[in-house]
Amino acid sequence: MVESSVHPAAGTAASKPYLQIVDVVKKFGDNTVVNHINLSISKNDIFALLGSSGCGKSTLLRMLAGMETPTSGRIILDGEDITHLAPYERPINMMFQSYALFPHMTVAQNIALGLKQDGLPRKEIDERVERMLDLVQMKKYAHRKPFQLSGGQQQRVALARSLAKRPKLLLLDEPLGALDKKLRQQTQLELVNLIDQVGVTCIMVTHDQEEAMTMACRIGIMSEGQLLQIASPGELYERPNCRFTAEFIGETNMFGGHVVEDEPDYVRVQTTELPRPVRVGHGITGTLGMPVWLSVRPERVGVSRQQPTAGGNWANGTVHDIAYLGGFSIFHVRLDTGKVVKASVPATRWREEAAPTWNEPVFVSWADTDAVVLTQ
Amino acid sequence: MNGKNISWFGRVSLGLGFAFLYVPILILIVYSFNASKLVTVLAGFSTQWYSVLFNDDAVISSFGLSLKIALLSSTMSVVLGTIAGLVLARFGPFRGKGLFAGMISAPMVMPEVIVGLSMLLLFVELQQWFGFPAERGVLTIWVGHVTLCMAYVTVVIRSRLVEMDRSIEEAAMDLGVRPLKIFFLITLPIIAPAIASSFLLAFTLSIDDLVITAFLSGPGSTTLPQLIFSRVRLGLNPEINALATITVLVVATLVVGANRVMVKAEQRRTRLAVAT
Ligand SMILES: Nc1ncnc2c1ncn2[C@@H]1O[C@H](COP(=O)(O)OP(=O)(O)OP(=O)(O)O)[C@@H](O)[C@H]1O
Ligand SMILES: [Mg+2]
Repeated sequence: MVESSVHPAAGTAASKPYLQIVDVVKKFGDNTVVNHINLSISKNDIFALLGSSGCGKSTLLRMLAGMETPTSGRIILDGEDITHLAPYERPINMMFQSYALFPHMTVAQNIALGLKQDGLPRKEIDERVERMLDLVQMKKYAHRKPFQLSGGQQQRVALARSLAKRPKLLLLDEPLGALDKKLRQQTQLELVNLIDQVGVTCIMVTHDQEEAMTMACRIGIMSEGQLLQIASPGELYERPNCRFTAEFIGETNMFGGHVVEDEPDYVRVQTTELPRPVRVGHGITGTLGMPVWLSVRPERVGVSRQQPTAGGNWANGTVHDIAYLGGFSIFHVRLDTGKVVKASVPATRWREEAAPTWNEPVFVSWADTDAVVLTQ
Repeated sequence: MNGKNISWFGRVSLGLGFAFLYVPILILIVYSFNASKLVTVLAGFSTQWYSVLFNDDAVISSFGLSLKIALLSSTMSVVLGTIAGLVLARFGPFRGKGLFAGMISAPMVMPEVIVGLSMLLLFVELQQWFGFPAERGVLTIWVGHVTLCMAYVTVVIRSRLVEMDRSIEEAAMDLGVRPLKIFFLITLPIIAPAIASSFLLAFTLSIDDLVITAFLSGPGSTTLPQLIFSRVRLGLNPEINALATITVLVVATLVVGANRVMVKAEQRRTRLAVAT
């Protein structure tokens, strides 16, 4: 990062990232919870931090909000270094995982509190509270106390409260974590629409990959305090850059092996779990013989009774288990090498012939563009 | 729990337990309405001891003094105890925190005789060196009671603050409220029930304290417990029974009141927890 980015000229501000997290580290004693994180987010993005429990997502978010100070590194928002600003001085608002509504204040008072701190005239405060209540469709409940609201309603009040001050950055810590699954799915798109409507840059934390993929335009995968990959949902799923991401996002078949042929436009990987080397239709940056993993998504794996003719990416085995899920079925095929491969096959595949049953010998296969080689 | 499920053994021991606790108080109430001056002889109903009591200037003035000291010391101990509880619950780990916590709660576990004696020595020394406090009286009793009550208040407030969701205060800070304002705007209203009940606790501790008071009081300052104690030493006295009956009624009312305040606060909190 160049030092000049701290004070950008007004004209260049738009092209620069809106929020920059520069080499941020957070240690609690000897425990490094956030480990050299670099991240840039552009204006009006919805960015999701996705990771398993305890990987440091909340800690990173709390450093953005100012509740924790980074051990080292800098945080720059809209050209201003905010690393050492107190939480109450930052143009950032956060929606807490527990909502943290003020139990002794009404819904309207909850929303108005932040506005009062800015010393706005009373009339404007009332107007803005009104507009926020409208936005989250809670006008009817303006004079209720939080304990008189359902979980979903509390969530909307918490959102309204964090949007009321028109923050430059909105932080959401597991925004839907306290809702039950059905309500959560309904609320996901509603929340995205609201955020788009007010046009605010947003970082959310979640450990629910479906939620992250539905809501965010970019996702960062975190593990043990490090950001492993930052990409769009589609890219993360189709082109993971490491084993953790591939296994964390969705289901996959993972084969360990090593490179036996390394060409610019394809590689061949030899693995003990498959009868013959697998051809993968993309080049890698690596050396011949290096250990790699091969990831093939279940929906890319075909199941057939006839031996596939083209290519070498097939293996024979027997059907070990079938999970029937209506629109598609998951076939667990035990290969002759002992490896069980999962194949997700759409129901329409079995129009011409009946679906294989338990213990029937079958072939699994995939095109050479369907597998991804992971070098770490 | 259903009363029918308790075995006869359970019932008998429960009955004995309650009898042991409450029969003496009942006897006291009965004798306060006794017409005879002799405590051991029942001689018909009368309220004469109540009128004797209300015309007894010593009782009235010592009651006034007790009330004054109790109000002053519970107010002061609530202020100091809340600050101490806040420091212990909110100010992270600091050097000497364990020592600080221990020293604040020491008067709770230390025998009262020791606390009283050591404070007496302190005041005597102070008087020698600085000439202040010139004599023992309301001021010295007040200081002693605050020391004792503050320990209890600190424990109550600290545990309430520890169980309170910190993110509520963080949310206020996030919305731009400065730390001191957060205390008055957010924290204080939320812990108000705990403050009220610790005030009542401090009040009752102070108003019936005898041991510390005995060490720290001077010639002109006799509190009600001291007066009762000195009168009863001269023999049982129906007038004191009447006084005790009134005390029992007042304390019972206060306890029931405090209990209701706490139950209400608890209900609100559980409702909030259920709703989230
Ligand atoms: N104040 C603190 N003091 C010491 N350790 C802490 C503190 N806060 C967090 N940690 C540790 O940091 C690690 C990461 O915590 P964090 O809350 O960021 O996890 P998370 O990714 O948000 O997890 P979850 O999905 O469960 O919320 C945990 O191991 C936790 O024990
Ligand atoms: Mg968390």
